[in-house]
Formats: sequence, structure tokens, C-alpha cells
Amino acid sequence: MNKHLISAADLTREDAILVLDTAAELASVAGRPIRKLPTLRGRTVVNLFYEDSTRTRTSFELAAKRLSADVVNFSAKGSSVAKGESLKDTALTLEAMGSDAIVIRHPASGAPHRLAGWVTGTVVNAGDGTHEHPTQALLDAFTMRQRLVGRSASPGAGGSADDNARGAALDGLRVTIVGDVLHSRVARSNVLLLSTLGAHVTLVAPPTLVPYAVEAWPCQVSYDLDAELGKSDVVMMLRVQNERMTAAYFPTIREYRRRYGLDSGRMALLPEHAIVMHPGPMNRGVEIAADVADSPRSTIVEQVANGVTVRMAVLYLMLGGAEEGL
Amino acid sequence: MNHVREEWLIKGATVAGGPPGPVDIHLAGGAIAAIGAGLAAPGARVVDAAGLIALPGLVDLHTHLREPGREDAETVETGTRAAALGGFTAVHAMANTMPVADTAGVVEQVWRLGEQAGYADVRPVGAVTLALAGTQLAELGAMADSAARVRVFSDDGHCVADPLLMRRALEYVKAFGGVIAQHAQEPRLTEGAQLNEGEVASRLGLAGWPAAAEEAIIARDCLLAAHTGSRLHVCHVSTAGSVEILRWAKSKGWHVTAEVTPHHLLLTDERAVGYDPVFKVNPPLRTAADVEALRAALADGTIDAVATDHAPHPLEAKEAEWAEAAMGMTGLETALRVVQLAMVDTGLLDWAGVADRMSVRPARIGQASGHGQPVAAGAPASLALYDPQAAPEPVDPSVHASKSRNSPFRGMALPGRVVATFLRGTATVIDGKVTR
Repeated sequence: MNKHLISAADLTREDAILVLDTAAELASVAGRPIRKLPTLRGRTVVNLFYEDSTRTRTSFELAAKRLSADVVNFSAKGSSVAKGESLKDTALTLEAMGSDAIVIRHPASGAPHRLAGWVTGTVVNAGDGTHEHPTQALLDAFTMRQRLVGRSASPGAGGSADDNARGAALDGLRVTIVGDVLHSRVARSNVLLLSTLGAHVTLVAPPTLVPYAVEAWPCQVSYDLDAELGKSDVVMMLRVQNERMTAAYFPTIREYRRRYGLDSGRMALLPEHAIVMHPGPMNRGVEIAADVADSPRSTIVEQVANGVTVRMAVLYLMLGGAEEGL
Repeated sequence: MNHVREEWLIKGATVAGGPPGPVDIHLAGGAIAAIGAGLAAPGARVVDAAGLIALPGLVDLHTHLREPGREDAETVETGTRAAALGGFTAVHAMANTMPVADTAGVVEQVWRLGEQAGYADVRPVGAVTLALAGTQLAELGAMADSAARVRVFSDDGHCVADPLLMRRALEYVKAFGGVIAQHAQEPRLTEGAQLNEGEVASRLGLAGWPAAAEEAIIARDCLLAAHTGSRLHVCHVSTAGSVEILRWAKSKGWHVTAEVTPHHLLLTDERAVGYDPVFKVNPPLRTAADVEALRAALADGTIDAVATDHAPHPLEAKEAEWAEAAMGMTGLETALRVVQLAMVDTGLLDWAGVADRMSVRPARIGQASGHGQPVAAGAPASLALYDPQAAPEPVDPSVHASKSRNSPFRGMALPGRVVATFLRGTATVIDGKVTR
């Protein structure tokens, strides 16, 4: 493992599988009466959040606390410049106070790169601008593996599915990611991680929301959602924001929903085993219909639960908890 | 300035564009008194110039000296010291100061500061529009008539995007032989733009700055220049497509000139992968194909001049997130070395060509009288001595005379060394150091 987790590209296939396997191991802790491990006792993890994200911050906070780390939440809303203290000064301050790891969420792409150049501790990217969100990709991969890999090898084995998946990647899995890819850090990290793990990724979006020069990415691109659904094992819907409409990326939300929204009619085109994912927060009735979000195919709530265990695994592996064992 | 006339005898230099083989150059009374083999000048200070190339003093069409207003980044004095160390004897100071150089008062202030500093002639560039706001013409005539005798007008940093205003500006400055230097950037196509729109920006999640946003403005302005019979100068050309448009406009005989920066001749957008904003600049670093096209265009004369776009910024403006950081790079002290690496060592341009693109043509475009003249008897003694054989040394911005340290060439081993610079017979740089 690299010292920092800034891009999903930092992870080799072996690294990624190790994170998923470690997460599977840690998931069992969640079922215990006392859901805490002493692994990171005495270590300090700072959640440095320059954007409101209760969901991601809480997930990292719980992950660190379940490993017995001391957790400090440092919220700095808005840009560092507007706030008056530079990111560098904030970083140096936090480090002087003894932080071992900084988990950063920032509206500017590349902020975690800059941070890693200024501190000696570990930096974990919790989402930077329109660049990446690698722990989201890891939890998505974990969810896919739990749901779709190893299950067929043990029919009727129920909850033990991911035991069979241990050590496995996502080879051959067909994943369709739908929506505002251009502005999506989730899509960037997923394309990188899923291709590392052997999955075949297809991006579906109106051409205005497909990044320039996407041909260089390890994935396919389609403008036609209906054509892709029948061959998808996973369909991942991305949040679409209203302001994209005013910036002329598409004419109206209504037209977007008609062409790229996932409703129950479209869900019926999916193979029987296929799952529906969403990184949240959802716009019900826009990119995903409420009945689809609440259907048994939907893994949206599982993704949230898996987020905690995957982030536990990341902190555990990156803060050198490995030598103490589980 | 230069009241005290110095006398120099430069021994054994090779004149760029002159006859092959070393000659002696005698500087006296502010002029080149004689040039030839085996000159003697008792009383003159002697410079051993064996192996050195004598170039006419370089002329920069595009320099940000930051004074008045941002003296924390640069002053006229520090900026012109940097210029002299780079072999320049004249710089054109861009108008985006605080206050903006949009009145006769401000351009005269900048001009006088240059006279007082005495390291290089400072030719102020006047703003095209009031406060660079792009809505109302500044008093271009007053600036032209001022002691600063402004001939180049630019809203650099901003595009004169309004086509009607651009047309009027092009027409209006004909009355006093002015030229509009356009920062070609279609504003709507570049809202929030951070890096060349391409594979790298998409991977890094940085908002793209499409080449078409530059090319569309250049095409429009070439047509306007043709229609009005005016002179257009295009600042910091950065794309292969822009080169094609310029080539076409020149083939029509239209009065269009263009410049390219040293950094666009050497660096690509791949430099941004670590998000170090020292590589953030406007227009952005482009692709290797663009670099290749720009070099070819400078070699064949489609692009007339190298201009530094020297843009100093204090440390804190670059020690930030990419999107928050200031745009721009320093360049005066490295320009000639970069041009050697990109153009001469690649065989694209000889030293006569360098003299043409870095002195003769920019002086003509900027109407910088007394500059850009061939190194010959009778010409003003403004010249630079350059050692192209100097062992490549890594660039160390901490020793630069510029107040700012934002050189994108930090740590790069660049060839060559500026040994001496003379401004009208007075040495501003000797042995690679400023003389005072």
C-alpha cells in the first residue's frame, strides 16, 4: 500500500483485494455486542472537511472510533482563501497537534495532493472536487463483490457469500455508471478501481456530461442507457444536480429523467441478478425513481453500511495496524 | 540615465547573424564605435568574449512588472534587474497593475520608474479598456501622447471579448500607429477553466480550457484586422490550431503578428499531474503536439516573437490548491536558455534567428526605438553576450533577481548562460551578475 490514498490509481490489484478482504474480516466486528477494536488506540485521525458531507464524515468518524482512534472533526466551510487561513497552514497546525492521519474532503481537485506534500502523516482523500473519491469506489467494489461474486459458488449459503469471495477480484463483471460523469469524483475513482479489479465499465451519459478525451480511460462510453441495461450486472446511478440544467448540459430535468433516469420500466431490462447502486445522496424522481431505490435490487443502504467497514480497513492498513493483527 | 559613458572592448565574440568567426566590438559613447578583428581601444574595459555570441539586446513584448500595486510580487527595479540578467534591454510592462495602466498618469509613472532603475528600457503597455473591464475604451490617445509614448495596448489577463469594442480599438489606434495586443480567450468557453481541456485535465478533474476558445478569438480578430486595415498582435499563442489561423491570416497579407512564451515552447499539461500550481498559467500548458506546432511556427516566422509573459507571484499565491492559486510564471531570467534548448539545440533556429525573434521583430512590433538593431558599427550599444556552451545547470529560482520564485523550470537543467548585457553602452550585467 502507498503511504497515502489519494487516487484509486494508487491501489494495485493486490492492494485493492487486500482492502476488500480486510473489510470483510472487519465486517464481522459489526455483528459483535462490543463493536470496537483496540487497533488504533492512541492514534489520532483528523477529519478535515471543507465541504458539508455529514454522510462521509460520519462514516470515517465511526470507522476510526471502531478502531479506537482519537477522532477530531475539523470543519472549514468554503474555500481556504475565503476563510483566511491557507490549507498549508491548517495542515501544519493539525500536524503540530499530533495527527497521524488526515482525512480530507475539499471542493478543489488536487487538494489532497497538496496536503500530502506538506504533512508527514497519512492523507486519505475523502473526495476532492471533481477528481476522485477512492474510498467510495472501494465500498462500491466491496458491495459488488459481496452481492455478485462467490454467491453462485455456494447456492443457498446465504450470508456466507463473501467468504467465498475472499481473495477474489471483479473479473468480467459488467458495470454501467450512469449520469454526470464529467463532474463526478465517484465515477473517476470507480473507473480506475473497477478496471484494476478486472470489471468492464461502461459510462452512460448525455455527450455534454462525458469528459473530454474519455477515450483514454479504461472504459466504454454509451449515450444510450436502454442499450446497456440488458448486459449489465451492476448499474450505478450518479446524482444529477439542478444547476447542470442552467449551464446547458441538458434542456430540462424532465428530459434528463426520460433519457437517463432509472425507473421500474428500465429496471425490468436488467438481468435478474443485476443490482442497482447509488453513492448518495439521491435525487428521488430524477436519476432514480423511488420504487427502484427501495427495491430489493437496490444496494443503497448496504453501501452506507459497507462504507464504514471499508474505511475501517483503509485506516487499519494505512496506519500500520497490520502488525498487531485482528 | 546612463549619464556616465562607459567604454568597453568585447574581444572575440561571434555576432549572431554576422560573419562567421570571432570579432571585437568596441562600445563607446553609447554606441557600437567599431566592429572588426584585432581592435584596440586603450582605456576601454575589456571583456573576454571567446566562445560567446553577441546578440542585439533582447526585447520582451510581454512582462508583468506588478508596480504599482503589487510590489510584494515585483517592482520595476527588481523586474528590470531580472530582465538584464536574461539579456533583455527593453521590456513592455503590461497594464494589469493596481491601479490599472489606463491613464497617461499611470503609464508615465511606470516609464519613469524604469528610467530611474536604469537596467532596461521600460515601455509601458496601455490598457485597451478602462480598468480592463472590457466595456469602455481607455484614453488610448492620451497614453500615446504621454512621455511614455505608448504604442502597444492590451487588456492582457482579460480578452477584449466584445467584438464591436475590439473593432473600434483596432481602428482607433491607427491614428497614432498603435497596435492592439490581444489576450485571446473566449470568456464563456473558459468559465472556471483550470487546465488545457484534454486527457490530463479530464483525469485530474480540472475544468478544461479548450483550444477552440483561443482559436475562435484569434480567427475573429484576424478578420477584424483585415476588415479595418489595422494591426493586430496576438499574445502568448498556445495551440496548434492558432498557428494554422495565423499562417492563413499572414498568407493574406494582413497585419497580424504573434508571440509565443518560452514555457509554451517547452512544457506540456502533463506537468500538472502533481497539482503543483507553479505550472498553472493562462493560457494553460498544452500538449506535446501543440509544443511541436509552436516551435515550427516560431522557426518559420508564422510566430514573430518570443515573449516571456513573466508573471511573478508571491509564494503564498502558489502555495495553495490548484483552483485557488494564481496563474502565471516567471520567465525573464530563463527565456534565452529555454529558447536555446527548445529551438537552437533542436536545430530549428540558428542564432541569427534567435536575434530576429527575441530582439529585431519584437522591437519592431513594439516600436521600441533604439532596440532590435543588428550588432553593427553605429548601432546603439545595446546587446547581450551569451555562452551557449555553458554546462547545463539546474534552475534555482531562489537566486533569481525577480522578487518572486514561481519559475516552472525549477530544477531543470537548462543550457547556456547570459554573461553580459549592455544598455546603450553601459554594462547592466557583467560575468552573469548585475553591475550594481
